[in-house]
Amino acid sequence: MRKPVIEFDRFTFQYRAQSEPTLHEISLTLYEGEKVLIVGPSGSGKSTLAHCINGLAPHFYPGEYSGSLKIMGKDASDSGIAELSDLVGTVLQDPDGQFVGLTVAEDIAFKLENDGMGHAEMLRRVREAAEEVDFADFLNASPQELSGGQKQKTTLAGGLVGGAPILLFDEPLASLDPQAGRATIELIDRLHRESGRTILIVEHRLEEVLHCPVDRIIVIDEGRIAADLPPDELLCSGLLREKGIREPLHLSAMRYAGCLLSPAIKPRSVETVDLHSATGQLARWHEANTAVSEPAHREPLLEIEHLTFGYDPKSPVLEEVSLTVGRGEILCIAGRNGAGKSTISRLICGFHKPLSGSIRLDGRDLSDDTIRERADRIGFVMQNPNHMLSKPMLYDEVALGLVNRGVPEAEVRERVNETLRVCGLYPFRSWPLSALSYGQKKRATIASILVLRPEILILDEPTAGQDFRHYNEMMKFLTELNNQGMTLILITHDMHLMLEYGQRAVILSEGRKIAEDVPARILGNAALMEEAHLHETSLHVLARRVGIYPEAEFVARFIRSDRGLLN
Amino acid sequence: MQSSKGFSVKTIVAIGIGAALFVVLARFGSIPTGIPNTNLQTNYAILALFALLYGPWAGLLIGLIGHSVADLLSFGPWFSWIIASGVVGLLVGLLTRGIRIHDGEFGGKGILRFNIAQIVANAVGWFVVAPVLDIVIYAEPANKVFTQGFAAGGMNIVIVAILGTLLAVAYSKTRTKRGSLTREA
Amino acid sequence: MAAKLLAYFDTGSPIHRLNGVTKLSVFLLFSVTGMVIYDTRCLLAMLVLSLSVFAWSKVPFKQYSFVLYLILIFSALNQLAIFLFAPEQGVQIYGTRHELLPIAGRYTLTAEQLFYQLNVLLKFAVVVPPALLFLLATEPSEFASSLNRVGVPYKVAYAISLTMRYIPDVQQEFMNISTAAQARGIDLSRKEKLGRRLKNMGAILLPLVLATLERIEKVSAALELRGFGRNRRRTWYRSRPLTRRDIVVLICAVLISAVAFTITFWDGSRFYNPFL
Repeated sequence: MRKPVIEFDRFTFQYRAQSEPTLHEISLTLYEGEKVLIVGPSGSGKSTLAHCINGLAPHFYPGEYSGSLKIMGKDASDSGIAELSDLVGTVLQDPDGQFVGLTVAEDIAFKLENDGMGHAEMLRRVREAAEEVDFADFLNASPQELSGGQKQKTTLAGGLVGGAPILLFDEPLASLDPQAGRATIELIDRLHRESGRTILIVEHRLEEVLHCPVDRIIVIDEGRIAADLPPDELLCSGLLREKGIREPLHLSAMRYAGCLLSPAIKPRSVETVDLHSATGQLARWHEANTAVSEPAHREPLLEIEHLTFGYDPKSPVLEEVSLTVGRGEILCIAGRNGAGKSTISRLICGFHKPLSGSIRLDGRDLSDDTIRERADRIGFVMQNPNHMLSKPMLYDEVALGLVNRGVPEAEVRERVNETLRVCGLYPFRSWPLSALSYGQKKRATIASILVLRPEILILDEPTAGQDFRHYNEMMKFLTELNNQGMTLILITHDMHLMLEYGQRAVILSEGRKIAEDVPARILGNAALMEEAHLHETSLHVLARRVGIYPEAEFVARFIRSDRGLLN
Repeated sequence: MQSSKGFSVKTIVAIGIGAALFVVLARFGSIPTGIPNTNLQTNYAILALFALLYGPWAGLLIGLIGHSVADLLSFGPWFSWIIASGVVGLLVGLLTRGIRIHDGEFGGKGILRFNIAQIVANAVGWFVVAPVLDIVIYAEPANKVFTQGFAAGGMNIVIVAILGTLLAVAYSKTRTKRGSLTREA
Repeated sequence: MAAKLLAYFDTGSPIHRLNGVTKLSVFLLFSVTGMVIYDTRCLLAMLVLSLSVFAWSKVPFKQYSFVLYLILIFSALNQLAIFLFAPEQGVQIYGTRHELLPIAGRYTLTAEQLFYQLNVLLKFAVVVPPALLFLLATEPSEFASSLNRVGVPYKVAYAISLTMRYIPDVQQEFMNISTAAQARGIDLSRKEKLGRRLKNMGAILLPLVLATLERIEKVSAALELRGFGRNRRRTWYRSRPLTRRDIVVLICAVLISAVAFTITFWDGSRFYNPFL
């Protein structure tokens, strides 16, 4: 008889600030030692479900609920967050927000300190937890010295250290690069196997989580449980597409090829799926689709030559990087954190002065242009829209750049309205920015740059933290801009984005350019992937397993069909 | 009034991170006025705003911690002015209690009260506390310290009146209810 | 850009090995004493002592050269201001008048004024070496536990730890926001008029403040989730028991302060008057 550890019974939750419940009549039981994935689009209530388990709702985010929730047999309503933290260890998505200690050791120790544990035992427990996540060599490191993945390891150890029998991960992959994300999933899996803890992962990035086995997947949609199935069954059901969750790419490919999908072939992982009957169909599909042509040669718009930059000339952050961006192109720049991706965009915008090398736009050297002069022709959109929005109202925000340039009022109004229309924000023109959704805010920041009519737009992680539907909306919008002639540089480590929308990609590693090619080819090169902290896509693996070479050609044909279906 | 034992976790975090913001702006956020060695200190707008948002104890401690750390990171602690910063934060917090800015209520009356509060607080802090402590602790000449106090206090009043008000109004607008908005064609 | 003005640097000196509680207490004790007393002999003795301790700590000069430069400018300006505002302050305090050099108008340099200004300088100078030592020779991690040990409520002590933790992050955020703003023509330099500069600063502060409020929410949730504030007391990973060396240093510091207080107030005045 399995022991239930989390029991929702006709559980309804409503935030105090909202007029409708976020969760409706949830009945759900999780058993000891299970590993369960909870998926759902943004706004589905999956995060609220997690907040109810760790007590953030209703103690931190006020609200009311009916029905019952029991954690380890205890009624959750009788416990505060602190008591629940003895039972549930939580790892959140933002590595900086939750790394509160000045060093790794202190951050891991934080819960023990609050529990008032004695010093000798605390030192022992911290070391054990650090060893469990394989991070004991970094006990004295400060958060500023660590990568996102390393900060997350620390937080994970901080969640383990209290000995909670349940571990809850709230979108653990959101701010990690693909390789760090994969390492996290493997680490969670090892913890699960070795310690027998109950593991709950809330995430919309399904394919990445399914890199390791899970017992069940629960789909939440509009505050209700839409499915509660073992992964293989869920993947075959077609429900994911319906609910706006991206299914693993190898599965989409098999679907397009008309392969019969059934739980019996174990479609969860591309490594283990039984391709016995699918091989022929995939090969036929590949043959039936025509070859994808190489990207056309474009007239160069932005030319970067031998660019070198560093605070300390002896150890440059960027070394001898050359690349060309063609007019009307979508170029992706990828690489792990600290590889120089954001440095190069800052150099292009003139925020830093290079030590040597040149940047030319339309054949003209930019080195004497100020930040502002460059901004008239090169727009830069930061990752976090909240960092760019400096006016309370949408209209004023978009008008700001023009007003600062002394453009006459009538022209400002005309250009702002035109830009708002292009960005689909015109109906909201007199709204305060705070009333806009995250995706709309992101668009508002793009509008505030577009209104200056730049020739190139540089976007830093344009789709970070957005679910599949919002990802598609954003990219559709950017593709339309591109079709109208806008040149786009996307700085990203999202492999899907690169694969689907990048016409070419440049990979940086430790300040040097290590590759410049069509994304499908780059993402098939294992050595490059390792260095750039990316990893091979499931499409490449699928192509190899059924014997289609070059894999990149199969991937390119898939992307073309996929884009055809989406648009 | 809360005792220190009863500080909510959010108040503690607001103190810690508010003080960090105070320190960063003390270093990078001053605006030269054109008069040599006289800068408008934007961090005092932040102090007043956080006192309004998080209450008198947060104001007191952000002033004390923020100013101490900022001083320690630059030229060593000048105690009389550190204490004055704390007093300003405390008074703004005390005198603005009951303004329900978190509910989006910060209209003309709120703005007026906030500004009366900050003028009183800055006046007490810079026209009285700082110079008197300068005299008591350092036996500095009265005319010098009062002149300095009036100059600093005056500028802080101006900066809070402009930037503090602007930030508070903008913040209150972020608390607007969604139901009050309609799309326009 | 990421230049740190002051940062902990371990030279392995005996000062570094002292407990944070000891360094904090000595810093506070010297600060209070330096604030209260005005006896030149005591101030001088304390300065010599703290300077030699500072030298003993072997903190390399480049760690604090910039700060020293700031201190010198600040002191010079302050000295000048005192003389400009009150050239007779020394005469008033000490009750005698020995003219040294007439300058112009009401400005005459007197021995009393020189001596008085020397005292003001000393009072500030006495606090600087212990303050720098506390900052440069104590791990920031030890600040909070030390403050808690000397009686500051742990929640307030932890707030200071959060300040140290998030200064670099907030600074980075400020830099990001202001560069992006510059690209949109938001100029903070002297090229703009004052009113415009203020408005432009508002355009940078608003996103910074909103991002900070959001950060406060996130960090609060993280602290709650790990049980912060559940008990009346908490323990500290970075706390060490006081050693015999610490006790000795603490006793010496208390004695020095006591002696300084006694000498200063022996004759009923906090000023030492060499002119009588």
